[in-house]
Amino acid sequence: MKLKHLFLFEILRGLWLTFSYMFKRKVTLNYPYEKGPISPRFRGEHALRRYPNGEERCIACKLCEAICPAQAITIEAEPRPDGSRRTTRYDIDMTKCIYCGLCAEACPVDAIVEGPNFEFSTLTREELYYTKEKLLANGDRWEAQIASNLAADTPYR
Amino acid sequence: MPKLSINGTEIDVAPGTSVLQACEQLGIEVPRFCYHDRLSVPANCRMCLVEIEKSPKPVASCAMPCGEGMVVKTDSDTVKKARHSVMEMLLINHPLDCPICDQGGECDLQDQAVGYGFDRGRYTEAKRAVEDKDVGPLIKTVMTRCIHCTRCIRFIDEVAGTPVLGGIGRGEHMEIDTFISQPITSEMSGNLVDVCPVGALTNKPYAFTARPWELTKTESIDVMDAVGSHIRIDTRGNEVMRILPRLNEDVNEEWINDKTRYALDGLKKKRLDAFYVRKGGQLQPVPWQEALQVVADKLKATAPHKIGALVGDMADAESMFVFKHLLDGMGVANRDCRTNGARGDVALAANVFHAGIAGIEQADALLLVGANPRYEATLINTRIRKRWLQGTLQVGLIGKPVDLTYAYTHVGASAASMDELLKGDGDFSQILQKAARPMLVVSAALYARPDAEALQAKLYELAQKYFVKPEWHGFNVIQQAASRVGGLVLGFVPSAGGMPAHAMVMAAGDGALDVVYAFGADDILPHQLGKAFVIYQGHHGDALAARADVVLPGAAYTEKTGTYVNTEGRVQQTRRAAFPPGEAREDWKIFVGISHALGQPLPFVTLADVRTAMVTQYSALSHVGEKMDVSWQAFGKAGPVDGAAFANPMTAEQFYMSNSICRASPTMHECVAMVRGESQKKVAA
Repeated sequence: MKLKHLFLFEILRGLWLTFSYMFKRKVTLNYPYEKGPISPRFRGEHALRRYPNGEERCIACKLCEAICPAQAITIEAEPRPDGSRRTTRYDIDMTKCIYCGLCAEACPVDAIVEGPNFEFSTLTREELYYTKEKLLANGDRWEAQIASNLAADTPYR
Repeated sequence: MPKLSINGTEIDVAPGTSVLQACEQLGIEVPRFCYHDRLSVPANCRMCLVEIEKSPKPVASCAMPCGEGMVVKTDSDTVKKARHSVMEMLLINHPLDCPICDQGGECDLQDQAVGYGFDRGRYTEAKRAVEDKDVGPLIKTVMTRCIHCTRCIRFIDEVAGTPVLGGIGRGEHMEIDTFISQPITSEMSGNLVDVCPVGALTNKPYAFTARPWELTKTESIDVMDAVGSHIRIDTRGNEVMRILPRLNEDVNEEWINDKTRYALDGLKKKRLDAFYVRKGGQLQPVPWQEALQVVADKLKATAPHKIGALVGDMADAESMFVFKHLLDGMGVANRDCRTNGARGDVALAANVFHAGIAGIEQADALLLVGANPRYEATLINTRIRKRWLQGTLQVGLIGKPVDLTYAYTHVGASAASMDELLKGDGDFSQILQKAARPMLVVSAALYARPDAEALQAKLYELAQKYFVKPEWHGFNVIQQAASRVGGLVLGFVPSAGGMPAHAMVMAAGDGALDVVYAFGADDILPHQLGKAFVIYQGHHGDALAARADVVLPGAAYTEKTGTYVNTEGRVQQTRRAAFPPGEAREDWKIFVGISHALGQPLPFVTLADVRTAMVTQYSALSHVGEKMDVSWQAFGKAGPVDGAAFANPMTAEQFYMSNSICRASPTMHECVAMVRGESQKKVAA
């Protein structure tokens, strides 16, 4: 026992483990040029989706606002001139949001979703107060991927 | 007294009680859609099915009277299966659009589908769709959601008394519609929204703006008329979103009129939110200290007999109390709360609804004098109609014949008919003579006639002859203003040598008054005040505020905790649901501010101080929620009475425009347009 201590056997074993990784496959990614795979259920930046005909999906039912545990969502609504129920304001405070995904789960029309985008850091706090325009723009930008993610996850919902 | 057993519990009930009511007495919940406590029982939704032993099929409990020895089960498998099936049938044609439905979150169908429904649907065929109806500016219809419970039809027939709704077509093709596609012009139509168990009839101005779970609920009192209906104010943030009725059997049961419910958008428009002083012919916003100083300097520089003080229709007792103290400090005798120009005796005996609103249900004869309760005090009219529907109430009217939603004998048009009744002539005097509990209902608008005192004396004589008995007090006055009885209790009437309101207005017009302090006195027209210096304190920029030389912004009834006394003499309190806009503040604070600027500070710091002082001086105001005791005494002074016919005290158009909040409300203006359109149609037809 004392001999093992004397010859620093544990240290050598540790060093060998470290050395052995020299010959294993590397897991480091060259971010931002390389990115890891993400699940279809990934909960990233929010987006408001539209129907294929361009009509916004959100119907101002306010279920997302009600369920949001961080109270990050603020909605105001009134009848649109054509009589349909639509939001006049749909704000998400992304600094409050805890990315739990309950809003997307509560949404009866799949309007608010958490998309695959996780790279939306900003220089100022104000830029993280998302408005309806920003969220709809996100939806337009990510629609293809969001749609395929939702389709991929559908069997499990 | 039938004795029956429900779920193994024995209960004795009054004869005629339905099984559903017996279940309620035991605290057993029975789901229902068509059944409503205050409406007739059609038993057409079938949701309240229960199992009764020896009955081959489940029975609709709402329409089944309790029988001796019945054995009822509300939780058996048969009942559960029956409820599942009924719910599945009801949902076949229901669009299930809860996310876009305003009823979502407070919907009977939604709640009961969760509580008693089946957990999945089996219906895959096409659903029926029904075209929406346009029934006016107050109610939004989505008729596809309708489950044909017919509550709306029964409400408008039975309670509102304007039978304009009905079911057209049968079975699958049944639709609820108005005869024939006309708007619902009832002044009680807003209650249809509450009565509807689904989202077929919803509140139009409130459409899509808020969800029930995000609203803060404040229990308060209405001040649109002198009934003082109990209301619930729903606010989101600092915004009043809607007003709903609150149950009070003594005052409004569970209804409110449309003005109470829909005038709230007036609270967001034309509000006074800064202190203004007229400089160079223009009202300029100034800091509050400056405005109060201008007022104080002006009051100080004017002789007390050249100052007049008026209190309008929506003032709370606390503000009037502080205002009175302020005026007493300056020695101002010209003060009055009767801005409608009323004169005559200010004794409470001549000014309250002695029998109480609930007392109408005991009356067996009723004589209206110069009154139109349908618009002056809608819920009193509703109560009269309720009593009339029971079949043994004889109603007579002296005054202009108007549609009151129930049949009445037109006794006469003027005071001459009162003389006949006093002599005992005519058929109606026979009816009154025979009646055990007759009621005399007088409009306070009559007191604005120049011969008010003589008229009051005549009314007293009439009351003594027929209406006041040892166990029954049948003399009743309908006030139009929420503040009036409170003002009379506080004695906000001319003190010795002072002028009443109508004389003050004349004096100001003639230049005999230099300063007029108008506290919410919107009844006074701007041109009437001549060259007087006008201080206007109130919450809305109505006509008089535009004429004023100083404007002091006060709080509306949703923004202050204040005491009001309704036409019965019932002391009630509003509660603050929102904060006044901008610089505006509670009115009593402004009066205290002026007293400080005058150098004679009033000893009030908090509202509790004001209330304590007020209740100490006027102990009648201490029992909130109770009707105060008003002693009966002689009033009026005998004299010649004008033979002219009594005018209609309030028309439908005036009803929708009766105060500054209504006049600022776009919805109320739409109602006026609707009423005008309908009357034009009638003329054309």
